[in-house]
Amino acid sequence: MKFLREKLDEIKPNFSKGGKFEKFHPAFEAIDTILYVPKEVTSAKGVQVKDAVDLKRLMMTVVIALIPCLLFGMWNVGFQHYLAIGETSTFIDQFLYGAMKVLPIVIVAYAVGGLVEGTFSVLRNHPIAEGFLVTGMLVPLCIPASIPLWQVALAMVFAIVLGIEVFGGVGTNVLNVALTARAFLYFAYPTDISGDVWTAGIHGEGIKLVEGYTGATPLAIAHSTPAGESVANALSAVSYGGFDHIFSLKNLFMGVIPGSIGETSTLAILIGAAILIVTGVASWRIIVGVFGGAWLTGLLLNAFAVNPFMGLPAHYHLVMGGLAFGAVFMATDPVTAAHTTKGKWIYGILIGAMTVIIRVFNPAYPEGIMLAILLMNVFAPLIDHYVVEANKTKRLKRATV
Amino acid sequence: MSNTKKLKKGFDIRLVGQADKQITSFAKSSVFALKPSDFIGIQRPKLKVKVGDTVKAGSPVLFDKMTPEVLYTSPVSGEVVEIVRGAKRRLLEVRILADKELEYETFNQFNIADLSNVSAEQITEQLCASGVWPQIIQRPYGVVANPKDKPKAIFISSFDTHPLAPDTDFAFQGEEQHLQAGIEALSKFTNQIHVGLNAKSPSKVFSGLKGVTFTSYEGQHPAGNVGIQIHHTTPINKGDLYWTVSPAGLADIGRMLLSGKYDPQRVIAVTGSEVKKPTYTKVHAGTSIKSLVEGNVNSGHLRYISGNVLTGEKIAADGFLGYYHNQVTVIPEGDGEQEFLGWITPQAERLSFSKAFGLLSFLNPKKEYRLDTNTRGEKRRFVVSGEFEKVLPMDIYPVHLFKAILAEDYENMEALGIYELVEEDVALCEFIDVSKNDIQSILRKGLDLLQYS
Repeated sequence: MKFLREKLDEIKPNFSKGGKFEKFHPAFEAIDTILYVPKEVTSAKGVQVKDAVDLKRLMMTVVIALIPCLLFGMWNVGFQHYLAIGETSTFIDQFLYGAMKVLPIVIVAYAVGGLVEGTFSVLRNHPIAEGFLVTGMLVPLCIPASIPLWQVALAMVFAIVLGIEVFGGVGTNVLNVALTARAFLYFAYPTDISGDVWTAGIHGEGIKLVEGYTGATPLAIAHSTPAGESVANALSAVSYGGFDHIFSLKNLFMGVIPGSIGETSTLAILIGAAILIVTGVASWRIIVGVFGGAWLTGLLLNAFAVNPFMGLPAHYHLVMGGLAFGAVFMATDPVTAAHTTKGKWIYGILIGAMTVIIRVFNPAYPEGIMLAILLMNVFAPLIDHYVVEANKTKRLKRATV
Repeated sequence: MSNTKKLKKGFDIRLVGQADKQITSFAKSSVFALKPSDFIGIQRPKLKVKVGDTVKAGSPVLFDKMTPEVLYTSPVSGEVVEIVRGAKRRLLEVRILADKELEYETFNQFNIADLSNVSAEQITEQLCASGVWPQIIQRPYGVVANPKDKPKAIFISSFDTHPLAPDTDFAFQGEEQHLQAGIEALSKFTNQIHVGLNAKSPSKVFSGLKGVTFTSYEGQHPAGNVGIQIHHTTPINKGDLYWTVSPAGLADIGRMLLSGKYDPQRVIAVTGSEVKKPTYTKVHAGTSIKSLVEGNVNSGHLRYISGNVLTGEKIAADGFLGYYHNQVTVIPEGDGEQEFLGWITPQAERLSFSKAFGLLSFLNPKKEYRLDTNTRGEKRRFVVSGEFEKVLPMDIYPVHLFKAILAEDYENMEALGIYELVEEDVALCEFIDVSKNDIQSILRKGLDLLQYS
């Protein structure tokens, strides 16, 4: 790799102060530092050696943790497609079809994200922040595969400009960036991100759907279950295309159901969660808090079950919809989550509880996790404020003794 | 005998180059320096000597205009050969060419039994005049104590948990009398002298001290930091005043009182992965490290550090040991060949507190690392939360505090506990910081803001 290094060193002066492309220094620096560990050494006073970890490594760890979801999502997109149109297909067919649908979304997300971040870096002359590495992967995974690509591009622009840059950049943003993108799509183009959109490639000339296919997601079924019946039974009753009990608990957990690209499989998400927790990149307190909060709220609703959805066994909530994905990858964003240990528990539990409450009591909006996380993003500083305030008060009390 | 406090938080940085427990004698340095920059809080240093003057060991070299009674004196006798100034004529070093046979200024000589009868004023006066007073550090702020103050208590940590730090039990053997005399002197100022012991292996030298309260601390670095020990004994509140003294400072004070001479000699450790024979050696304060490292280090671009890798200071290969430093560390500079994709490739040779890098480090917990000075990443904003709390064993919210300092929010700085901290306590935060911020200088900025405005 010596050649590459020499090449970079050769063109470096052009991008340094006084060089031809001085303005584009952040862009050059980003490429240079992605390829090579920078030469920078510690200052004369203070810490002389530094920990090997940097932000790039942490962000890439999140991306790596997302890979099981991505791969499963790609296969599942193909599988759901062939299931809905009733064609027989092999595993390879399914995976290739899914890849054809999903990879363009990922590429658009990264390209647009990188471009916007790069533009801002050049304009404001600050280093390119690594945040978009994660955002570029999270956004494709939390939207349906049938989304038009131009909407993905628009959502990325909206999220990076209004989610990050107006607040000053990664580290000072208030809202989770990926969810900002998703919320933008949800409110700007509701018909493309809700309703019958969860299976890719089923609308169009000459496509005939199998008998019994409705396009409904488990959450929609839960909402429409008539009084007096059990949601679990209603879910389990759905079968089409020769695939029985599509929404059985097992399938909900494995993720062989229609839904956003990366969030159907609780199993794949848990693999990612294991990677994040073992490497310490995500706070296990938040993840446990969200699952625990949702489960306990589910139990509480069971106790007062006046409609079928309230009677849904609490553990179903954990495997339905985007709760698991949101809990593991969105709620744990270190910048927008609560920063204190106690705060993380409160933040996580409230997200879980609020998700279930939104799901069950808001018939217009079936998925709760997105709004729950965005709402708690806003409240996270307040939670921290009270935790820190308690610490200050303790210090003050000590002083008067 | 003593109560033990277990600290769960912290992180030991294990480096190659631990000193062997033997005292090696190197050629004696001929040049020594007194560096005003070592003394935090010295505001307007005024020189009492000029180039060409001859001084004795213990002769005043400079003083601070704010506290003129505290004298900073020459560690050796000889001729002032150079006065080094930096930007804006800031005084950096006063270099002294040492005599072959040292001559000493004479001060009152006491024996241990006498010391209990001497008045506090007399002790203060002699400590100030002889040059050992700056060994007494005041908390908050971590500056040289003001002789007019009366501390609530005095804290001494008998052990050092910094990377490659010298073992006090080894370095101070034979100094028992001096240490005890130091305690006698300090007991003039307060009857509360706390000594922190290492719970795992309490220093035999220090556990024999009389007239002090012992507390044992168990845990990883920074358990040996006196600030952490204060926090777990009687935390510093606004308006409190504590003093701290290092083991070497205590020995200097005692030696001066018992001998009537200022003779700041100490056993230091010469350590680091690039030192061929890491060892202990006996030197005078302010020695040039030239003779210690010449021919004793590997080839390559090296960094010479007065002190340890967490709180030390880069010096030249013929630079001088800092007033408060008890070790010299030599490690490679990190500006060599740039590693291709080094930030993402899995590797076992890198040390990291974060499991994202050091995932399998638990398989080999005793492994010693050879670290260079590369920052291994670029400066970013505070992005990751909850990491600093894992290495700072105090009931403090570090990120909130650092942000309050950056925002110059005085009230919050105070309320969040800035008075309890000095640089060395947050050094580990700086080490593990993913965003590569200069945490220690941020903290000092905050302390300066509170102290001088």
